[in-house]
Amino acid sequence: MKIELETKEYEYGFYTDIESETFPVGLNEDIVRAISRKKEEPEWMTEWRIEAFRAWQQMEEPEWANVQYEKPDFQAISYYSAPKKKQLNSLDEVDPELLETFKKLGISIEEQKKLSGVAMDIVVDSVSVATTFKQTLAEKGIIFCPISEAIKEHPDLVRKYLGTVVPQRDNFYAALNSAVFSDGSFCYIPKGVRCPMELSTYFRINQAGTGQFERTLVIADEGSYVSYLEGCTAPSRDENQLHAAVVELVALDNAEIKYSTVQNWYPGDKNGQGGVYNFVTKRGLCETNAKISWTQVETGSAITWKYPSCVLKGDNSVGEFYSIAVTNNHQQADTGTKMIHLGKNTKSTIISKGISAGKSNNSYRGLVQIGARAENARNFSQCDSLLMGNNCGAHTFPYIESKNPTAKIEHEATTSKIGEDQVFYCNQRGIPTEKAIALIVNGFSKDVLNKLPMEFAVEAQKLLEISLEGSVG
Amino acid sequence: MLKITNLHAEVEGKDILKGIDLVVNAGEVHAIMGPNGSGKSTLSAVIAGNEHYEVTDGSIELDGEDLAELSPEERAHRGIFLSFQYPVEIPGVSVTNFMKTAINESRKAKGLEEMPANEMLKLIREKSELLEIDRKFMSRSLNEGFSGGEKKRNEIFQMAMLDPKLAILDETDSGLDIDALRIVANGVNKLRSDKNAIIVITHYQRLLDYIVPDYVHVLYNGRIVKSGTKELAYELEEKGYDWIKSAHSEVM
Repeated sequence: MKIELETKEYEYGFYTDIESETFPVGLNEDIVRAISRKKEEPEWMTEWRIEAFRAWQQMEEPEWANVQYEKPDFQAISYYSAPKKKQLNSLDEVDPELLETFKKLGISIEEQKKLSGVAMDIVVDSVSVATTFKQTLAEKGIIFCPISEAIKEHPDLVRKYLGTVVPQRDNFYAALNSAVFSDGSFCYIPKGVRCPMELSTYFRINQAGTGQFERTLVIADEGSYVSYLEGCTAPSRDENQLHAAVVELVALDNAEIKYSTVQNWYPGDKNGQGGVYNFVTKRGLCETNAKISWTQVETGSAITWKYPSCVLKGDNSVGEFYSIAVTNNHQQADTGTKMIHLGKNTKSTIISKGISAGKSNNSYRGLVQIGARAENARNFSQCDSLLMGNNCGAHTFPYIESKNPTAKIEHEATTSKIGEDQVFYCNQRGIPTEKAIALIVNGFSKDVLNKLPMEFAVEAQKLLEISLEGSVG
Repeated sequence: MLKITNLHAEVEGKDILKGIDLVVNAGEVHAIMGPNGSGKSTLSAVIAGNEHYEVTDGSIELDGEDLAELSPEERAHRGIFLSFQYPVEIPGVSVTNFMKTAINESRKAKGLEEMPANEMLKLIREKSELLEIDRKFMSRSLNEGFSGGEKKRNEIFQMAMLDPKLAILDETDSGLDIDALRIVANGVNKLRSDKNAIIVITHYQRLLDYIVPDYVHVLYNGRIVKSGTKELAYELEEKGYDWIKSAHSEVM
C-alpha cells in the first residue's frame, strides 16, 4: 500500500493539473489539498481535511457488519470530478425504465428532467421557486445553503460545529468523508425560530448534482425547530459505486430537529450485479430538553451500512429513530441506531421495521447505552421483521449497556412471514397478489410511515410497492 | 347461476372431493351440512379458487362460464364471495382501507373508475348501520384483536359492501354465542334477494333456524349423499350423522 501510494504520488502528485475537470484516480495529501483549493476553501478547512486524511490512513475498513462485498479499492477512485453529468437534450434520451418509475412515483415532468439530468429549458420556474424559498427563510434569519458556500460565507458557524458530532476520526468512512467531501447542505436555525416550511423541495433541487461524499450539517439554535427532508425518492442511477456521507445534527437547548430520509439508490440488478455501496454516518447531539427524530425509509443501495444515532447529552433530551428498511434480490442492509444516554431523564424510542424479499439479508443493529450519570433514562425498542419467501434473511443485533441502575429499557422483537392465507384472503376479496403484498407491507410499516411528512409518506408508500415488485412468484 | 358437475379435488395427493354435483339458482339458499372431514370447507375453497387444492376432474360454472382458468381475484370480480371460517389478520390495514382497496380493484377489473370517496363513505355508513356495527370498528386493523363474533360480523359486512352474486358462508356460526349468531344471521337475511344466491356451510342445524334454507345437502366422504328441504336439517339434528355414515359406509 505504501509503495503503491508513493508510486501514485510520483505519477500524479505535485504537478497534477488541478484545473482539469476530473482528478486522476487515487488519494493522497495532494489530492486532498487540490480538492480544497478547487473549492476555494480557507486554510483552516484545508488543514481540517488533511488531519482527517492522516487519520484515515491509519484506519482499517470495518468488517463487523453483517454484509458481504468486495471492498472498494480506494486508490482506484477519482475523488473529484465536475459534478455535471452528461447533459441530455430531452426526456426521449432518458432510459425508459427510469421514466416508467418516475411515472409510478408521480413525479412532475419538470422534476423528472432535473432528476435525470436533462437540460432545463424552463429554468425560470425553479429559480424563482428557489428564490421565494430563500426570501422566506432569510426573513427568519435561517441559513440554508450548500456547505461549500457556508464554509465561505459563514465560516464561524461551520468552524464551531463541523466535526463536533462526528469527529474526523470517528470511523473509517467518516474520516474518508472528512478528507474529501464534495458538497452537501448546511442549515442554521436561529434562536427561537420555528422553520416555517419543511426543508424539502429546495433540497431536492439542490441535491441533484451532489457527488458521492456528501456532508451535511444542521444546527438548531436554542428553542428552534426544523423539519428536514433528505434524499430523492427517484432512483438516481448514480454511476458512483461508493457513497460515504456524513450528517451531523446539533440541537441546542430546547431545540427540535426532525430529519427524514428516503433513500432509493440503485440496488443492483436481479443477479446482484452493480449497485451502490452506501456507508453513512449520521449522528445528532441533543443538549438540555432538546429532541432529535430520525425517520428513514431505505429501499435502495446494494449495501447499506447506516446507523443514525442520538447522543442525549442534555438532561431531559429525547431521541427517536423510526426506520423501514427493505431489501430485495441480493441487497444487504445492516442498519439501526445508537441511543447514547448521558443526561438525566433522557428518553429514546426505536421503531424498526425490516422487510426482506428475494435472496436479500436485512439486519437491525442497535445500541442503547445508559451512562453512569443518566438517572431515570428510558428506552423503548421495537424491531419487527417481515419475510417474503424462503430465501431471505432477517437478523436482529440489539446491544444494551447500562451503567445506571435506575434505567428502564424495554425491547420487543417480532418476526413474521407474509402467509399464503393472507394473500388468498385478499385475492378472494378481488385484490390481486402484487397489490395484496403492497397492502400487507404498508400495514406492517404504518407506524413508521405515519412519522413522515404527508407528501413524503405517499411517495414512500409507492416506493415500497415498486421495490417489492415481482418479489412474489 | 352456479353449476357444479362431477367435481373431484385433491390436496397434497389426497382425494377430498369425489364427484360433487350441485346446481344453485338465483334467489336460492342452499345449506351444505356434514360431519367433520367430509369436504365442506374444501368445496368452498375450490369454488373460490384456492390454488392449494387441485381440481382433478369435473367443472364449476358461474352463469355459464367455466371457472377453471380463473384466478381467485377474477372469480371475486365475477361476484363470488367467501366468508372465511377463520378470517386472517392483516395488521396495520384498517377495515375501511381494506374495503376501499377491494372495491376499487374490482372496479378496475371491470374498467370502472375508482369509487369517489364520498360515495365510499356513504356505502360504509349504510352497510355498517345495516349490520349494527360501531363506526369505530372501521378504523381498526383488519381482524387484529377481533373477538370471534366481531370477525364473523366483519365478514358479513364485507359481503354487504361487495354485494356478491354468490356468497358462500363457511361455518359462519362457529365460535358465535347466540346473540352474535342472531346479529350475523339477520345481516345475511337482509342481504338476500332474488338476484343473489347463498351457500351456507354448517355443521349444526342451529344457524338454519335463522337463515332458512331452500335446500339442504348432506356431504359425506366427498360426495353429496342426501338432498332435501329444510326438514332434512331437523332430521340430522335429531339423529346425528351416524345413520348417514352407516348407510354409506356399506357402499364404500
